[in-house]
Amino acid sequence: MARIELNNLAHRYAPGGEYALQPMQHVWEDGGAYALLGPSGCGKTTLLNIISGLVQPSEGQVLFDGVDVTHRSTEERNIGQVFQFPVVYDTMTVFQNLAFPLRNRKMAEDYVTRRVQQVAEMLSLTDVLNRRARNLTADAKQKISLGRGLVREDVSAVLFDEPLTVIDPHLKWQLRRKLREVHEQLNLTLVYVTHDQTEALTFADKVVVMLAGQVLQVGTPQELFERPAHTFVGYFIGSPGMNFMPCELSGNEALVDGERIAIDPATAVAASRSGGSLQLGIRPELARLAADGEPGLLLKVDQVEDLGEHQLVTGHFGSHQFHVRLDESEKINSDGLRLVFPVEHTLLYADEHLVGTGGAKHG
Amino acid sequence: MDKREYQWAWLMVLPVLVLVAFSAVIPLMTVVNYSLQDILGRSSFFVGSEWFKETLNNPRLQSALLRQFAFSFTILAIQIPLGIGIALLMPKRGWQASAVLILITMPLLVPWNVVGSIWQIFTRGDIGLAGFTIRELGYDYNITANAVDAWVTIIIMDIWHWTPLVALLCYSGLRSIPEAYFQAARIDRASKWATFRYIQLPKLTNVLVIAVLLRFMHSFMIYAEPFVLTGGGPGSSTTFLSQSLATMAIAQQDLGPSAAFSIIYFLIILAVSYVFYVTIMNMQKEKAAQQGAGGAE
Repeated sequence: MARIELNNLAHRYAPGGEYALQPMQHVWEDGGAYALLGPSGCGKTTLLNIISGLVQPSEGQVLFDGVDVTHRSTEERNIGQVFQFPVVYDTMTVFQNLAFPLRNRKMAEDYVTRRVQQVAEMLSLTDVLNRRARNLTADAKQKISLGRGLVREDVSAVLFDEPLTVIDPHLKWQLRRKLREVHEQLNLTLVYVTHDQTEALTFADKVVVMLAGQVLQVGTPQELFERPAHTFVGYFIGSPGMNFMPCELSGNEALVDGERIAIDPATAVAASRSGGSLQLGIRPELARLAADGEPGLLLKVDQVEDLGEHQLVTGHFGSHQFHVRLDESEKINSDGLRLVFPVEHTLLYADEHLVGTGGAKHG
Repeated sequence: MDKREYQWAWLMVLPVLVLVAFSAVIPLMTVVNYSLQDILGRSSFFVGSEWFKETLNNPRLQSALLRQFAFSFTILAIQIPLGIGIALLMPKRGWQASAVLILITMPLLVPWNVVGSIWQIFTRGDIGLAGFTIRELGYDYNITANAVDAWVTIIIMDIWHWTPLVALLCYSGLRSIPEAYFQAARIDRASKWATFRYIQLPKLTNVLVIAVLLRFMHSFMIYAEPFVLTGGGPGSSTTFLSQSLATMAIAQQDLGPSAAFSIIYFLIILAVSYVFYVTIMNMQKEKAAQQGAGGAE
């Protein structure tokens, strides 16, 4: 178990070429479950490979518990890794697979047996211990992969590279829950790469959102939801993503197509200082209907989708498309809805980046 | 009514049947026909299984058969491990990989007769590089007089000519193993040997089955190379089955016995290949069955 520090870390595949990873400075706490989330090609796998030691970063250091491991090989870093597709030793039994990392480290055989039993129990593999790994299902094989990391009690971190890609949908959920359980029991540092926001948000304590080699935000799922630090985070997380509309500032109000929307005063001050092109952002879930007699902004309704407990309204606010998610009990007037944007959830973005400390902090 | 639609479907396979008939069945049946008759000029009469009995009891052919098996197993025992070894050492990417691939493939492109000629000249005591050098070193190397020299030379020649095939097959097999397996092996601190034993070798099984089958069939039919190199000598020490057959059919014009011999020869190759194939497939099935039983315990 280890605290992972990325110290001024950056990587270019060719010297002088473009950054595959922009310079970054992060500390990932010991025992934390981190998800690296981003679209394909954003550099998340490169970052994972740097942590596992398969790729040497061109700049900066990787520290495990304060020890510089940048130039240490994968073997020396003592990590576990679960790959995109199951990697098991075909000719070995499940037991032999799990025992393999321990036997390679010349552990005493009675310890190996005991430890393998423990891990098998934890992963519900006890029934298949004596079977050959080759004939098992994909999810069982992924558990073996995971198990080979977990059998080492001193494993620094377990890395996951989109481990659920080949798993049947109904088993994904089970396996993810198993991961959570393991994490709670062992308090291991886990790093999980995925492009699926559901996986990231349900798995991780902290989600690292990446785009084009850059870390845009590190935060709890709630922080990412309520206060996306970058418009991309707003788009990418949530379904549908955050609403963004270009706006101008006028005192403590934002002007969107002539409509006035109240902004947190501190945010307004920060925004006026920051300059750049401003956008107003609000989550579809966090806008609400105006009460009777309450002033509101008029949304022209184009379409209403019934999502069971919720209904998703797609409409136009001035010239901008706008989504709002309402409780199924709300009556929707097809002429238009009057909406209120709560000040604490109305965020401003200058040149795609979140402005100031506006809005109340939650959680 | 439904049936009618399919009634003439077999006509569709007729072209293939005709092709197969001309390419395989008719020539084969001609040989079967000859093997049952005694042919003297234009007259012929039916002799039944006479030629088969004679062929099977012919001591010259029996010893050629033993020699043939000894040869095939020797070269398999050397070429398969050697081919795997070469494939493991070959560079994985870059221009070096291409260069090595081309170099390795060279011997495969040389026609059989030419291989025989090359080695015939190469091993001559007076002007051949190998023959001359070995003699200069003090060993009285002579493939026309010494049966052991002839044997060793033919085996080395075959290794030179055909190990590249095994190496190429294994190389392609090795290249198809996803990188993640090697990463996992490093993470698990597997030794080089363990990586080979538990990742590379199991992933090569299918390729190796093909390599063994091909090399067995090829070597069992070997003809031109030893024929050019040693002419089957000294004595008949390097006369393999093909050469015995050719002598019988062409030099002696014994059409009946050589037809019977051809059929026996063909059946042996077929039988060995079949047994080998079935054994390998059964081994895999047994493994699966054992796993099933293991799980139930």
